[in-house]
Amino acid sequence: MAAKIDRLKAREQDPKVRAHNFQEVCYGYNAQEALQEASRCLHCKNPRCVQACPVGIAIPDFIAKVKDGDFAGAAGVIAKDSSLPAICGRVCPQESQCEGSCVLGIKGESVSIGKLERFVGDWSRDNLPVKAAAQAPSGPKVAIIGSGPSGLACANDLAKLGYDVTIFEALHRPGGVLEYGIPEFRLPKDTVVKHEIDNIVAQGVKIETDVIIGRTVTIDQLFDEEGFKAVFIGTGAGLPKFMNIPGENLNGVFSANEFLTRNNLMKAFRDDYLTPIKAGKKCIVVGGGNVAMDAARTAIRLGADTTIVYRRTEVELPARKEEVHHAKEEGITFAMLTNPVEILGDDKGWVRAIKCIKMELGEPDASGRRSPVAIPGSEFEIEADTVIMALGTSPNPLIARTTAGLDQNRRGCLVADESGATTRPGIFAGGDAVTGAATVILAMGAGRRAAAAIHSYLQK
Amino acid sequence: MYKILKKRMLTSNICEMVLEAPRIAKAALPGQFLIVRADEKGERIPLTISDYDAAAGTVTIVTQKIGASTTVIVDANEGDSFLDVVGPLGNASDLVEMSPEELAAQKVIFIAGGVGTAPVYLQAKWLHERGVAVDVIIGARNKDLFIYTEEMRSVCDNLFLCTDDGSYGFHGVGTAQLEALVAEGRQYTRVVAIGPMIMMKFATLTAKKLGLPIVVSLNTLMVDGTGMCGACRVSVGGQTKFACVDGPEFDGYLVDFDEAMRRQGQYKEEESKWLQK
Repeated sequence: MAAKIDRLKAREQDPKVRAHNFQEVCYGYNAQEALQEASRCLHCKNPRCVQACPVGIAIPDFIAKVKDGDFAGAAGVIAKDSSLPAICGRVCPQESQCEGSCVLGIKGESVSIGKLERFVGDWSRDNLPVKAAAQAPSGPKVAIIGSGPSGLACANDLAKLGYDVTIFEALHRPGGVLEYGIPEFRLPKDTVVKHEIDNIVAQGVKIETDVIIGRTVTIDQLFDEEGFKAVFIGTGAGLPKFMNIPGENLNGVFSANEFLTRNNLMKAFRDDYLTPIKAGKKCIVVGGGNVAMDAARTAIRLGADTTIVYRRTEVELPARKEEVHHAKEEGITFAMLTNPVEILGDDKGWVRAIKCIKMELGEPDASGRRSPVAIPGSEFEIEADTVIMALGTSPNPLIARTTAGLDQNRRGCLVADESGATTRPGIFAGGDAVTGAATVILAMGAGRRAAAAIHSYLQK
Repeated sequence: MYKILKKRMLTSNICEMVLEAPRIAKAALPGQFLIVRADEKGERIPLTISDYDAAAGTVTIVTQKIGASTTVIVDANEGDSFLDVVGPLGNASDLVEMSPEELAAQKVIFIAGGVGTAPVYLQAKWLHERGVAVDVIIGARNKDLFIYTEEMRSVCDNLFLCTDDGSYGFHGVGTAQLEALVAEGRQYTRVVAIGPMIMMKFATLTAKKLGLPIVVSLNTLMVDGTGMCGACRVSVGGQTKFACVDGPEFDGYLVDFDEAMRRQGQYKEEESKWLQK
């Protein structure tokens, strides 16, 4: 019985070594390992993994091709539903999606679907030529705002349908969070990200960087002056949140967005780039999500003794288990049930310590999570020279402010229905700009649904 | 790529460049800024827009060599191109938002210092073209450090030059000149100060003393310039604001200048290491 083979763990860089470099942590499978892992799939009649995939990849089909050694065939199966397999194979939370639904996981361990997808993506990059579109786009012009996961997925589907698609990107490199947010050691930029974006460009999609919609040009101008017939807004996460505690504007306090952007997009970790970055000697990262893990793991690589401070317990950490595990292996300290109340500065206005209070878990709140309650009189100080706030983001108001008829909800997110249609005809939206901070794959799913909705809107 | 169509050195380390950037030229308004990344290895440097020509598709910037990336920008030549120029960023000056009636009631005095003189020129020009009375004070340490004096003279009613060392014009800083003008009986409805943070701090103290409202333009550290990084945060009226999306212009009375100056120096150590290389 095939299922008796144990799940094959992908090889990884030694934690002691990788804590000092920015090379990728996980090496992934080689061809032989991929064949072995693929042989574990039971090929269920009603594959629950497919239903659990936000973009609906035909998972058992691609795994069957891998098992047969037909890697190009596997790539073809995935390409029908995803243009970013090497990216998703690396950063998707598979444990709560495809792998979390795998029948094998009920009694044992699920098929390592993510690592197989990654293998197929990486194999394609190394072995298949970039496939250009059969013909130049002839359909109506569609503008995509933002080149992150939702925008790329939307653009790719629309290009395949023959639309003349232009992506507008505010930063100088396309990719959105894939470029500025997720670090090199989880997602290599020049190989993995660039290649998958190149593939989308090869479909005929144009990318214009350095354009901030709402400032450089408005959505109304795109419609009225530049001939676009529909717009998709995939502008992503937005403005970093702070705690509003005393001392947050001291020197040495950064948002995770700033810290990660300096390091990832602006390559501060490389000596040949001019970007400065301060990880300090003792760095505190506040927060418990994937962004907090990324910031902490970056800080330790830049040489800081790094501690993550989170107000609930490890069980409640919103970050992926794998990220928490990797962070611990690399030597990051986890201070749980701890909440900052003030950041303390020296006489020159630089951070010297962070004052925290001990927490305990109280009664479950509306979300069912036990809410943390401060223990009176339990304040204590942790020495630090840098503090990184990883508390999430609030949507960037720029587009809503400069576009009439676009409604926002109470949290500032754009209002859009299941298909991505906003409150203004012809304008669609998806990803974090609509849902608030979520994942790469959910954003891609939203981008694909919006592409279908834009197609039917433009067919009318 | 964004071509440098014209370059002119204004002092030994300050240059004016006219860049080909049609989208920005079309959208720009006085008070806004843009970001230049000279080449692949460079930082994203925010620079206030000092002129634009929508018809020609050009924007003008004035840059001073301060650190690593500004040195790369100033050392670039006419005919070269910058890899990235993005903008316009930030809000336009609130003068631009005023109705013609509100504008007609204004009598503005600008205090300009250093490279801040260039964006003052753009605002003065904008007002002058609309018939609004404009006086301008330009302050410099000595007479060799003035920029844009002739350009400024053509777009204001009265130009007052002052030097710290008395080598030209009024002997004293710009704020002392402002006090002298008000003492002479000149009347103004608002002060706009653009220049080094320390100059804007003292301009605000003087304006307060004279009972005049003052607007300042904050040149904070930034990475993306679109609200994403929060490096530019400043305390304004006790609240944290982002200079890039909430500013760059703020009511001077409300700005915590000491904090802003301290935050501006956050990467001084790294900069001086580079300059010593």
